[in-house]
Formats: sequence, C-alpha cells, structure tokens
Amino acid sequence: MTTTVEAMHGGHAGHDTPRDATPPVFYVRDEHAHEAASTALGFWIYLMSDCLIFAVLFATYGVLGTSYAAGPTAKELFDLPLVALNTTMLLLSSITYGFAMLAMEKGRTAQTQGWLAITLLFGLAFLGIELYEFAHLIHEGAGPWRSAFLSSFFTLVGTHGLHVTFGSVWLVTLMVQVARRGLIPANRRRLMCLSMFWHFLDVIWIGVFTFVYLMGALR
Amino acid sequence: MLETLTTFLFGRLSLESFPYHEPIVVATFFAVMLGGIALVAALSYFKLWGYLWKEWFTTVDHKRIGIMYMILGLIMLLRGFADAIMMRAQQAIAFNGSEGYLNSHHFDQVFTAHGVIMIFFVAMPLVTGLMNYVVPLQIGARDVSFPFLNNFSFWMTVGGAVLIMASLFVGEFARTGWLAYPPLSGLEASPDVGVDYYIWALQVAGVGTTLSGINLICTIVKMRAPGMTMMKMPVFTWTSLCTNVLIVASFPILTAVLVLLSLDRYVGTHFFTNDMGGNPMMYVNLIWIWGHPEVYILILPCFGIFSEVTSTFTGKKLFGYTSMVYATVVITILSYLVWLHHFFTMGSGASVNSFFGITTMIISIPTGAKIFNWLFTMYRGRIRFELPMMWTIAFMLTFVIGGMTGVLLAVPPADFVLHNSLFLIAHFHNVIIGGVLFGLFAGIYYWWPKAFGFRLDPFWGKMSFWFWVIGFYFAFMPLYVLGLMGVTRRLRVFEDPSLQIWFQIAAFGAVLIALGIGSFLIQIAVSVLKRKQLVDVTGDPWEGRTLEWATSSPPPGYNFAFTPVIHDNDAWWDMKKRGYARPLEGFRPIHMPSNTGAGIILAGISTALGFALIWHIWWLAAVSFIGLLVVAIGHTFNYNRDFHIPVDEVVRTESERTRLLSGQV
Amino acid sequence: MSTHAHSDHHADHGHGHDHGHGHGGHGHDDHGHPAGAHGTFGSYMIGFVLSVILTVIPFWLVMNGTLDTATTTVVILALAVVQIIVHMVYFLHMNGRVEGGWSMLAMIFTIIVVVIMFAGSLWVMYHLNHNMMPGMTPDMSKMP
Repeated sequence: MTTTVEAMHGGHAGHDTPRDATPPVFYVRDEHAHEAASTALGFWIYLMSDCLIFAVLFATYGVLGTSYAAGPTAKELFDLPLVALNTTMLLLSSITYGFAMLAMEKGRTAQTQGWLAITLLFGLAFLGIELYEFAHLIHEGAGPWRSAFLSSFFTLVGTHGLHVTFGSVWLVTLMVQVARRGLIPANRRRLMCLSMFWHFLDVIWIGVFTFVYLMGALR
Repeated sequence: MLETLTTFLFGRLSLESFPYHEPIVVATFFAVMLGGIALVAALSYFKLWGYLWKEWFTTVDHKRIGIMYMILGLIMLLRGFADAIMMRAQQAIAFNGSEGYLNSHHFDQVFTAHGVIMIFFVAMPLVTGLMNYVVPLQIGARDVSFPFLNNFSFWMTVGGAVLIMASLFVGEFARTGWLAYPPLSGLEASPDVGVDYYIWALQVAGVGTTLSGINLICTIVKMRAPGMTMMKMPVFTWTSLCTNVLIVASFPILTAVLVLLSLDRYVGTHFFTNDMGGNPMMYVNLIWIWGHPEVYILILPCFGIFSEVTSTFTGKKLFGYTSMVYATVVITILSYLVWLHHFFTMGSGASVNSFFGITTMIISIPTGAKIFNWLFTMYRGRIRFELPMMWTIAFMLTFVIGGMTGVLLAVPPADFVLHNSLFLIAHFHNVIIGGVLFGLFAGIYYWWPKAFGFRLDPFWGKMSFWFWVIGFYFAFMPLYVLGLMGVTRRLRVFEDPSLQIWFQIAAFGAVLIALGIGSFLIQIAVSVLKRKQLVDVTGDPWEGRTLEWATSSPPPGYNFAFTPVIHDNDAWWDMKKRGYARPLEGFRPIHMPSNTGAGIILAGISTALGFALIWHIWWLAAVSFIGLLVVAIGHTFNYNRDFHIPVDEVVRTESERTRLLSGQV
Repeated sequence: MSTHAHSDHHADHGHGHDHGHGHGGHGHDDHGHPAGAHGTFGSYMIGFVLSVILTVIPFWLVMNGTLDTATTTVVILALAVVQIIVHMVYFLHMNGRVEGGWSMLAMIFTIIVVVIMFAGSLWVMYHLNHNMMPGMTPDMSKMP
C-alpha cells in the first residue's frame, strides 16, 4: 500500500528529531482509497465474540451436564456412530469449502460455485442428521425440558446447528450473488468471511463432539 | 371462537394490559402524548420530516450518529431520574405506619427500571455517543470502519429503549431488580410480561452495542492516520479501544445468559429453575462475569475524557502517558478476574472469596496510578478552571471516596455485613455519578463546541455543576450512614423512625440534583439562543492538543480534506508548535459512504419482533423474523453504497473555513 | 435466534474505507482482496488428513473402551486441542502476520477470557454447589 506524499512546507523550520533540512510533512496529498480494509479483521473479531457465546454454553453444559434429574443420562442417549457420521459431514464440508476458496483464488467462477454447492449439501446433511437426532431424543422423552443436562445439551448443540443453518442461508445467498456479478472483490470478501465462519463452526464442533458426546459417553 | 381469534391476533395482550387505573401512569401517558403530538405537529408544520430522514435517520456519518446517541441518552436520563425521585420521595415518607404512595407492585418496577435505564439507556449511549463522535476525529479518519453498522447499532439501541418505554404504558415492567436474578425472574415467579420486556429490550440493544464495539476496535486498529502509532494515539482513543474490547468480550456473555433465561421462560428448559437439575446460582455467576466488565466499559472512556481535559486545561502534556496506557490495559484484563465480589455472600466459601477479594483490591491500584498521573499533570501547570476542569476536580474528590468504599467492600468479611445494604448503593452511585456522570458532563461541555459550532453557556453550566455536586453529596452520603446501620436496599417501608431524617436529607439531595438537571437543560436552551455570542470560529476554542481541534466547528462531513500525517503525541499541539500551514489548494474528490434506510428499518422490525415475543403474538413474531431475513439479505444485494464528494464542494467548504479563520485575525 | 442473523449478515459488508496509510499494520497483496492469507491445495489436504486422524482416534478410543476413563478423557481433550490448532493453521490460516498480528492478538485475548470464564465458573459453581446444595455435588471425576 503506497502513498505519495508531497512535502508541505510548514512555516519556519520545525526541527524534526533527525537534523535534516526538510520541514515536517503534515498532510497526505495524494491518497489511494483503500476499499474495505477492515472487513476481514471486523469479521474475525465478530467470530471471537461468537466464540464467547459458545463459551457460555460450554460452561453451562460443564456445570449442568450431569444434572440428570433422575432422567436419561448422556451415556444412555448418545449414539456415537451417528455423531461420527455427522462429524464426517461437517469435516468434509470444511474441505470442500477450502477447495471453493482455491478455485476463487484462481478466478474460476464455475468451479467455485460447484464446490460451494457440494459444501452446502454436506452442511444440509449435517443438519438433517442432527434434526433426526433431536427428533428421536424428544420422541424418547428426552427433550430439553426434561432436565438441566438436556436443556444445556440441546442449547449448545442446537445453537451450533442454528449457526450452520444461517451459514447455509448465507452460502445460498452468496452463490446467487456470485452467479449475478461474478467473483468481484466485494463477493470475494464475502466468500472469505463465510469461509472464516464455516471453519470456525467446525472448530466449535470439535469442542462439541469431544466435550459433549465423547465425554458424555465416558461417564 | 372469538376468544381464540383474539388470542391468536393479540397473544396475551388485552385491554387489561393498559394500566388505565393507575393515575400516575395515565398522567404520564397523557403528558407524553401531548408532548409527542406537539413534536410531530411541529415537525410536520416546518416540513422537517424529509430533512430528518435524509440527514439524520439514514446518516452513516459518525458525528451525526454520535449526536443522536447523546440525545437518546439525555432523554432517557430524564426517565431514569424520574424513577429516582419517585424512590427518594417514597422512602422519605414511608415511616410511622405510612405506606407511602407507591405500593410494592409499582415500587419494585420503579427500582428495576431505574437501574436498567440508567445503565443500558443512559450511560451506555452517552459513552458510546462520545466515542463515536470523537475517536475518528482524534485518529485523523473520515468515519468509522463500518458506517452502515454504526447506523444500525444506534437504531437497535433506540429499539431497546422503545421497548422499555412501551412497558410503562402497555403491560408492565420487571420487578426483579436490574439484573433479574432467577428464580424470581423465572416463569413460575414472574409469569407476566415484565421480565420479557427486560429480556428483549436488552437483547435488541445488546446487538447494537456489540456491533458498535467491533466497529470501533477496527476503526482504531485500521484507520489511524499515517504516523500515528499505537503509542502516539490520544489517551481518549486508548481508553476507547480498551472499552470496546471489553464490550466485544463481555456483551456476548450477557446475550447468551439472557437467551438461557428466555429458554427457561418460553420453552420450559431448566437452566435456572429450582427443580429438574437447574441452578439459579449459575445465572448469578454468569451475569456478573458480564456485569463487572460492564462497569469498566462505563468508566474507562471517562478516564480518557479526564486525561484530555486535564492536559488541555493545564496547558501541559499528560504526565505519564505510557503508564496511563498500561494502567488502562491492565484494568481491562483484570476486570475479568474480580466478578465474584458481587456475590461474596452467596456461599462459595473462604478460598474462592479470598481469591476474588484480593484481585478486587489489586484492580484499584492502576486506577490509583491514573489519579496520581492527573495530579502530576496539574502540578506546575497553568490551570484554567473552565467547566470541564471543574468537573474533573469534582470527579477526583468524589471518585476517590467511592473507590475507597469499594476497596472496603472488597474485603469479604466486611462485605458480609454490607452486601445489598444502602452502603453498596452509595458506593456504586458514588463511582458512577462521580466517575461516569461527571466525566460525561465534562466531555459534553468540552466537545460541544466542536459538534455544534458554539460553546455552552458557562453560567448555567456552573449552576448545573454546583447543584449536581452538592446534590450528590446530600443524596448519597446519608446512604453510607444508613448502610452501616444495617438498612437493606430496595426497601419500600421502614419501621425505625430514627432513620427517617437520613432519607429526608437524601431526598433533599435528589431535589438539588433535579435542579442540576434542570439547569443543564436551561443551559442548552440558553446556549442555542445565544449561539452567536458563544460562537467558536477557529474550531479550537480550548487551545486543544488532539486532532479533532484541527477541524472546523462543526467539522465538514468528510472531517479532513487531507489526511493528516502524525509525528508526535498531542498531534495538533505538535502541528501548531511547528508552524503547520493549512492546505489551501490541491483538493481532490473525497470517497464517502452513502446514507441508507436499512438500519432503521431492520431495527424497527427487530423491535416489532421483540414486542411480539413479549406478548406471545406468534404470527407477528414469525412475520417479523422473516421480514428481518428478507430485508437483511435484500440489503446485501445493494452493492452501490458509496459516492464521491466532488472537488468543487470540497473547495467551497474549505474556502468558507479559510474565510472564517482570516476573519478572526 | 434473530440476533445471530443480524451479526452474520451485517458484519461482512465491505463498508470500511481507508486513506493513505503509512502504518496501520496490514499488507495488501496483489490479488486485490484483503489481507486474509490463503492456503494451497497441499495445505488444505494436510489439514484434512490430520483432522481425520485426530477425529478417528478419539471416537475409536471411546467406542472401544481401550484405555481407562481418566486416561481416555485426557487423551481426547488433548487431541481436540491439537485438532483445533490444526484447523486454525491449515483452514483459517492463522499466523502472527495476519492483519498485522491483530488477529492473533484478538484470538489470544479471547482464549484468555474463555479460559478464565470457563475455569472460573466451574471452580466457583463447584464450591457453591458443595456449600449451598449438599448432597448434590456433580460428578467428582469432572472437577479440577
């Protein structure tokens, strides 16, 4: 990022720290407008704040996660093979989004769209499996109102699922926008942000399957 | 059949929800209606709606948004203070068998609303407004990083305020205290709309605050003028940075906790219930993890204001800039390690209590360092006792007392006696009024000329000052005495007649403060009327040291025609000392963001969504939610969000300023 | 939760604009998009393979009950931390240079706050439960 700065003569010589003859420059004369320099950092900071929301939910699960209220326990309820399948869907969606970004770097619109579509499918698969799991639990009488453990389970895992849902809506929106305007800088920025979001959700999921499902099954 | 239809259409809203049999509320309603109608009529008569919409409601200019925040905060101050006066009056007369004039149903709402409004809708907007206005100017930028988000954040805060105000006339407010502890705030003990108003007002406003935090952090990190390294930033910018870091790192916690509470209320979960495994103590724990950083969010910008004011009105560089910065950063981090001191008495035991007691005492040290730095700045300076400096002196005396009582409360055994007594109330009002409010008044007086082009009238300012300061001491020192004698907070009726005199003194103090507020309003009115005599021509009425004083008063929309280059701290002072010359030619078109209505529309829909959720009007909730998605996604399809200010407009504005400045000489 | 909808849809708009910037701490690479680093096919594949391994092992350990509970807990938590780091490095391209180091700083600060809040809450709630709800302390093996 370069700026050309013309010397602005400032009255009688200000003595700048090094003893040089040029008076100090107080104004930038020739500016290059830099578009949207803050977007990536801003979105990253938003993700950090989202991290804190999840931290509260994890802490709540940590405190209330064994309050079964004489109801079904984690060990009884969790279906680890299903969770493993779910995890696979999400992890695959992460790598396919990565491929979408690689295609975007190369400016290949069709390829980008293709990988985005596949990412969406994996994401929807993840959500579908999770909805099935929730429906099954509720059907078994293990809904979020059954005990504090289940309240915190449904809220933590459900919040993650809601984020994936919003991410999917965002992904569809972006696919439409890329189809209409191509891989212009604004769309690239947006794809970068969604990329951060999507991978961040996979990071949270690592916490979820470890702390909730695996440790729950161990108790 | 009809009943099902009305339940569907209106949820639990009914004619009974309107408090038509409460005289005070009805009277207030009519007063507000009359005032509102008068305002609307005046705006229509003078054909100002178009102007308001185009220039203010849809603005993305940080200066205008800052001013609107200040207006919101000052209006809500009147409401919050009305609650205060009502409490003082009740407590002064409710002795010797008298029940006072407020029954518990109302008194409980009054003290809850007082706290919620003062913290969330007075202090936060005022602090945010000042940061919004000043920070971009101080760093030599033209706006914040995300101007549209800035507008949206403001309207979301307004949305929260609208919901709170609506609770006065439609339904009622929470009766739980400003933090709404369960199980009292749970569904079983508070099934009515009050707690729901509380939850959704804070959630809507909270979104605005969090986004504003992200916005200002990015602004300070990314948009500083060339040469302004972190350690050359003005102190107010430093404290703003730390404040916004605290905002981003604490408000999500509030959001999550309120979601958990609302799940308990709407879905029947068991986070904070007494049965089925719930644990109300977890709410208290989590909400104070937010709550303690929150009070630092309020005070840190004011510390920044005092730093600017002290150095400006002493004519000296701030003493110990580096230690000020470090102290602020240390306070920011330490504020996460003290939260348990708000519930020493809940029973966590000696080891936990000692840890947090010690950390609480430690956190007073960097604050003390700051006081010394201000004092050393003043030492051997040439002090000008303009109002901002007067407020600063009052702050130093008052805040230190409040800080000392805080350190006293930090000792767990002492807190066991004083927790939730009037001593506590006196302590936090001492630091909030003495610190935050005095700082805000100093800041308002200091930066008013920059924002409006004329100074505030000093006479009425001094009246306001003395009424406030003397009033504060009369209102709150008795509360320290009462607290030490064992009087609990939030009491409505008293049995011991020997206490009454103290409450009467406190009520007298409240009357003085009312006069202080009145004087402040008169000050504004008088200043507007006398604005030609009070005009600020140069843009630098106080011999300022930081970049905002380099601009005209008020600054042009683009702030700086040419981005400044920074060489030292107190950049503007440096420029003046070294004989800078204001550029008179070579202007270029300036790239600016466009106004947009999307912010106010989205906030309006969010408010409707909140209202619908409060009253269980599910169809409206669904429609609003979908509306939000549609408008938000639709907004993203607009890629055309900026424009260039043409050169001749810049030339015209700058020439006008040249003319003004030369007219001075 | 509509609050999240707003955050998602509004934080990504490219509204920031900038002026000549000597400092400010960000690079501007030639591709014409902001300073987020980007990966290569190789790095994504390494990340993916590592993630798969770091997922399979914990699932296998728990589902098979190979080790005792305490050891398994430690191992799966440790592997989770490692996998998070793998995601951060290979998928999120986290390093000390992104955004002039501000991304890393923001992340470290967040981690500190999360750790304080999480550990602090568990510690505080354990003591509160023990003192105020006798007979209902949560599973002892979970406590620090």
